Amino acid sequence: MTGRDLDPTLKRLLGSNEPEIGCDECFAQLDRYVELELAGAPADELVPGLRAHLVGCPACAEEHESLRALLELESVS
Amino acid sequence: MSALAAAPELEEWHLDLHAQGARGDEAVAHLHGLLLRAARFEVFRRRGSLPQLSAVELDELAQDAADDAAVSVLRRLEDFRGESSFRTWAYKFALLEAAVKVRRRAWRDREVTLEPEHWENLAHAGPGPDDDAESGALLEAVREGIRTALTPRQRQVLVATVLEGVPIDVLAERLGSNRNALYKMLHDARRRLREHVAEAGFPEVNE
Repeated sequence: MTGRDLDPTLKRLLGSNEPEIGCDECFAQLDRYVELELAGAPADELVPGLRAHLVGCPACAEEHESLRALLELESVS
Repeated sequence: MSALAAAPELEEWHLDLHAQGARGDEAVAHLHGLLLRAARFEVFRRRGSLPQLSAVELDELAQDAADDAAVSVLRRLEDFRGESSFRTWAYKFALLEAAVKVRRRAWRDREVTLEPEHWENLAHAGPGPDDDAESGALLEAVREGIRTALTPRQRQVLVATVLEGVPIDVLAERLGSNRNALYKMLHDARRRLREHVAEAGFPEVNE
């Protein structure tokens, strides 16, 4: 297996051992994180553990995508 | 300080949410307008998962989400610390409420299978004809880990969310729990599964 990608289902089953925050903390930090991303700031350094959470939690990932998309839409309209 | 530094005068209206009388009412109405905009945005994005709903029904869903989000925002005003713009902070409440309502509606009439044997579905993630014996051994270690290393509730949450694709909010509602608690259980289940698989000869899954 070494050097080869895991099957996507196995990846989702096994997750990663990267430190991550939980859903409540993700929600608490999401607005700041998205604004940092859109400002080109190092969001992952400034809000550690949030990116890893988005990888592991599809629901929070959807909400992150939506907030980012909404702010992007507003910035061009 | 917000990273998207909005002009201060554009942000000051939210201070009136604390005010009594007409000023307060006006601020709440403005807030509701913002939340409705975000809720409609989210419902529109996810409308593909609700093909049975008419445009009117979808808008009712967005209205409900905006109403619930307004209650949440007003209850949690003290939590706003200015680390983003107030608008961005408020939007996330509407997006959350709308997303949860869409997921729950999409699953309202669907059975959530919580029978432990359904993890056998993992067979579909197994090695194909071109895969080698090592892949098969890894898959077997994962299966064994699901069977023996997890508590029944951990197995249930892992199988439902990952293999059955049940949204975590929907599962939380069915189990009388909440998203944060279920995610913690999922996180712990994954950790135990990785430990089991690593001990079975695949340490790279825990690196």
